[in-house]
Amino acid sequence: MEVMLSVIIGSMIVAAIAAIHARDLLSAIIAQGFVGYGLVICFVMLRAPDLAIVQIVVETITLVIMVAVVLDSSRKELETVIDRRQVATTGMSLLFLVLLLFFFNRAIGSLARFGDHTLRMSEAYVTGAAEQTGSINLVTGVLWDFRGYDTLGEATVLFTAAIGVLTIIRLEGKK
Amino acid sequence: MTVFILCFALFLVGVHGVLTRRNLIKVVISLTIMEFSIFLMLALVGYVSMGEAPVLGSDLVVPQLVVDPLPQAMVLTAIVIALATNAMLLTIAVRLYKKYGTFDIRRINELKG
Amino acid sequence: MRGMSVIVKKIAQLMSSLIFVYGIYIITHGHLTPGGGFAGGALVAGAFILLILANGSEYVRLKRQEEGSSLIESIAVLSALVLATVGLAAGSLVFFNNWLPGGIPGQLISAGTIPLYNIFIGMEVAAALITIFLALVIYKEEISK
Repeated sequence: MEVMLSVIIGSMIVAAIAAIHARDLLSAIIAQGFVGYGLVICFVMLRAPDLAIVQIVVETITLVIMVAVVLDSSRKELETVIDRRQVATTGMSLLFLVLLLFFFNRAIGSLARFGDHTLRMSEAYVTGAAEQTGSINLVTGVLWDFRGYDTLGEATVLFTAAIGVLTIIRLEGKK
Repeated sequence: MTVFILCFALFLVGVHGVLTRRNLIKVVISLTIMEFSIFLMLALVGYVSMGEAPVLGSDLVVPQLVVDPLPQAMVLTAIVIALATNAMLLTIAVRLYKKYGTFDIRRINELKG
Repeated sequence: MRGMSVIVKKIAQLMSSLIFVYGIYIITHGHLTPGGGFAGGALVAGAFILLILANGSEYVRLKRQEEGSSLIESIAVLSALVLATVGLAAGSLVFFNNWLPGGIPGQLISAGTIPLYNIFIGMEVAAALITIFLALVIYKEEISK
């Protein structure tokens, strides 16, 4: 199980590196699609069918929108020039990587081993939750009953994003 | 433990892309990869080995081992939000391309007004 | 944006109806099976996007569609808020209170207000995604003119 997951995540990392360094924007987007669909397989293996359904649809719509944007404008990647700023940003990125690695090293000690998850909170969400909420899909019960505020906030963010797209992309004002 | 480290490596790839790429579309792709790694991390943390999916039968019997439903509920909403914010970033990129004729952030910085 | 050949158009019409019905199923059975408002809404939006991609932008009157989907989005968010506030008034002063009778768990009409929330959020997600896509298509039409 853990070996299979490691292989899939490893191929996702390779695809992500390919996406970042591709010479053509269209192939970069397709490599990003590989990462997204690999995530779907991981979700299925991690027993999260809800997430797999959402991710596979959302990834397809993202790819459609991205391909439309790239075909509208240019699909050529810029020339990489090695000058002072490029060296500075690369050094900055390396510094960030080392810093994040340091904190990750500190934080990983407090995580339980993979597969040994126990939490005081999750007891209340699992035992007796179906009787309390009436929903036998526990994820939906958490989503709309125990944590309704969160979900309402997320719906508001989605609404705001749609309004923002409409505002940004309008060329001429309404009469 | 290896899966956590690999997942973190995926996040680092995204950070590297955001910091070093000059093309706006590449920056959006790197941000998407960072989002993916965070979804994967939350789903990995909630996994219980040999656990079952958090959907009960109609007899309401809770199985012995169940995967934690709380991280799944959080990731579920976050995926849709990620799509909406991605679309918004892409529209900003499209408008910048219309105005300046390039996706290069440095040229956009220079061509003010 | 021009449409594709007649084969693609016919297959897209057949498939999009199936995808639409599957999305409705995912939304309404969100409290029984995996899925729910977010997944089903994205599927419904996908059905519409498939139709528009296959048939070209002359197929729908874009501006009116965009206004309609934006309106549906606002109405869905508003009704979810109203439902939550009614819980505040009807129940024991708890926002998001599940005030409808629970019914028998495992049946289609059960779980109180959760299916209603699922339907509203499904409408909201579908309308938001269609609005974003239509805005991009309208922009493309306008710059190619």
